[in-house]
Amino acid sequence: MKIKSKKLERSIPYIILAAIGVLFLLPLLWVLIASVDPNANSSIKVPSAFTADNFKSVLTDPVNIRAFIIGLLLSLGQGLLVVLVAGLAAYPLSRYQMKYKKHFMFTILFMTSLPITAVMVPVYQLFIYLKLQDSLWGTMLFLTAAGLPYAIWMLKNFMDAVPLELEESAWIDGASVWEGLRRIVAPLMIPGICTVGIFTFSGSWGNFFVPYILIQSPEKLPASVTIYQFFGNFGMVEYGKLAAFSILYTFPAIVLYIFSQRFMSQGFSLGGASKG
Amino acid sequence: MDANPVISTSTSVDSKSSLHKRKNKKLLSSLLFLLPSWILLLIFFIGPILLTFYFAFTNLSLTGSEAQATQFVGFSNFVNMFQDPNFRISVIKTILYLLFSAIIGQQVLGFILALLMKEKNPAFRRVIGIIVIAGWVTPEIVVAFCWVAFLNDSGTLNMILQHMGLKPVAWLFAFPMTSVIIANIWHGTAFSMLVFQAALDDVPKSIEEAAVVDGASRFQVLYRIVLPMIKGSVVTNMILVTLQTLGVFTLIYAMTGGGPGTSTQTLPIFMYNQAFVNYQLGYGTAISLILLLIGVLVSLLYLKSMKVKV
Repeated sequence: MKIKSKKLERSIPYIILAAIGVLFLLPLLWVLIASVDPNANSSIKVPSAFTADNFKSVLTDPVNIRAFIIGLLLSLGQGLLVVLVAGLAAYPLSRYQMKYKKHFMFTILFMTSLPITAVMVPVYQLFIYLKLQDSLWGTMLFLTAAGLPYAIWMLKNFMDAVPLELEESAWIDGASVWEGLRRIVAPLMIPGICTVGIFTFSGSWGNFFVPYILIQSPEKLPASVTIYQFFGNFGMVEYGKLAAFSILYTFPAIVLYIFSQRFMSQGFSLGGASKG
Repeated sequence: MDANPVISTSTSVDSKSSLHKRKNKKLLSSLLFLLPSWILLLIFFIGPILLTFYFAFTNLSLTGSEAQATQFVGFSNFVNMFQDPNFRISVIKTILYLLFSAIIGQQVLGFILALLMKEKNPAFRRVIGIIVIAGWVTPEIVVAFCWVAFLNDSGTLNMILQHMGLKPVAWLFAFPMTSVIIANIWHGTAFSMLVFQAALDDVPKSIEEAAVVDGASRFQVLYRIVLPMIKGSVVTNMILVTLQTLGVFTLIYAMTGGGPGTSTQTLPIFMYNQAFVNYQLGYGTAISLILLLIGVLVSLLYLKSMKVKV
C-alpha cells in the first residue's frame, strides 16, 4: 500500500510535466507539419503526402530572398557595430578608475531595462528630422544604440575577468593600449563577444516593430515585416507556405541559440547577472 | 559570488603598479574609447527620450493643418487622455496583461516547471526543457502565427474540442484577451523557468534534507525554506518579465490588432493607433510618455532589487 502510493507520488511530477510539455508542443507542432503538407489547413493533421513545395515557393520568390538578405545584413551590421562600439566603451570602464564610472554603469543598467516600444513614436519623428526615415542605415544605427546598454554591461563584466597581468606584459614589450586591447584582451573575450553578438543578432532578426515603423519602401523591408505582410495577404489561405516561411525565418534564431549555449553555461543565474 | 573581481583588481593595480599609473595618465585619451557609444546613445537613445517629453506637450500631427504648424499645447494632450475612455480601457488592459501573462502566468508556470524538473530523469528533463525553450526562441511574429492557427475556428484546439464532443469556439473573438495572454505565457515562460532553475540549483540540498529530517512536510520545506532563499531571484525575475511584457506590441498586433474593438488594446497598441493610424503624433507621444514613466518606475525597482556594486 505504502509502496504503491509512493510510486504514484513519484510519478505525479512526470505526469504534470508531460501534460505541460504536450500543451507547449501543440501550437509548435502545427508549423512543423503544415510546412510539409501539400494541403495544409489551420489544424494539426496527418499529411496526405509530404512535399517540399511550400519551402520551394517561399525560397524561389525573389521578394522573400531579398527580405532575408536585408534582414541578415541589418542584423549582422547591427551585431558587429554593437560588439565593436560596446567593446571600446567597456575597456576604460573595466580598466580605469573614473570619477563618474559608477553613475555611468548605473545609467547603462537602467537603460537595459527600458522598453524600446515606449520611444518608437518620438524615434519616428527624430528620423523625419534627421531625414533618416526609410533608411536602412538609420534603422541599423538606432538598433545599435538600442542594443548598446546591454552589450556594454555584459562586455565590461567579461573584460573584468581578463587578468591585467597579460596586458601589462604586452605593454612592457612595447604594445600600445590599443594593441593590448586588440591582441590580448579581445581574443580572450571571444565567448563573451559571441554571446553579446548572438544575442544582439537574434533580437534584431526577430524585431518586427522597429523596421515596421522606420522603413516604408516595400523593397527595403526585412524578413520580419515581409512575413507579417505575407500573413496579412495570404496567411488565411496558404497555411502551408506561411508555415514554411515561418520555419525558414525562425531557423537562424534557433541555430544561434543552440550555438550560444556553448558560451552561456551560467547565463541565467540572476545572482550572476549582478556580477561586476 | 565573485562579486567584484574587477574593482579589487583595478584598485590593487592602481596602487601597486607604477606601469598602470603611467597608463592611467592617458585617461583623457581613453575617453576616446567611450566616444562612439556616447554619440550613438545620445542621438538615438537619450534624444528620443527627451523628445518624448517635448512632443507630448505639442499638437504634432502627420496630417491636416497641425502638420504644418506644430504648437505647444501645454497639458491638453494629457487632459484629453485622462478624459478618453479608450485610454482608461488601455490602462486596464495593460494591467490585466501584465498581471496574468507575466507576473502570474510566466512566473508561476516557470516556477512549477523548474521545481518539478529538479532531480528528474535527465533525458525527460531535457525534452521538456527543449519544448518550452522552443516557444521562447521563436520570434514573436511567428509565435503570433502559431497561436492564430491554433485558436482558429478550424484550428487544432477546436479540432480537439470536437473530438471530445464539444462545440468549437471562435477564440480570438470570444476570448481575445485570454488568447493573447496565453500566447505570451507560452512565449515567455522559458525565461522564468531558466531563472528559477538556476536559483533552485543554488539552494543547498543539505538544508532541505535537514528540514525533512526534522519532520517538515514537502510543502513546508518549499514555503518556509526554499522560497525565502530564492526571494531575490523571484523579485528580480518578476520585474524583468514585467518590463518585457510592458513593451509587447508585435504579438498582440499580429494576433488581434488590438481588437475586436478595443478588447486587447494595451498601451503600446493604443499608442501605435493614435500616432500612426489616427496620425496624432503629439497624442501618441503623450501615451508614450506614460508608458515610459511606468517603464522608468519599474526599472528603478529593478536597480534596487539588483543591489549592484559597479
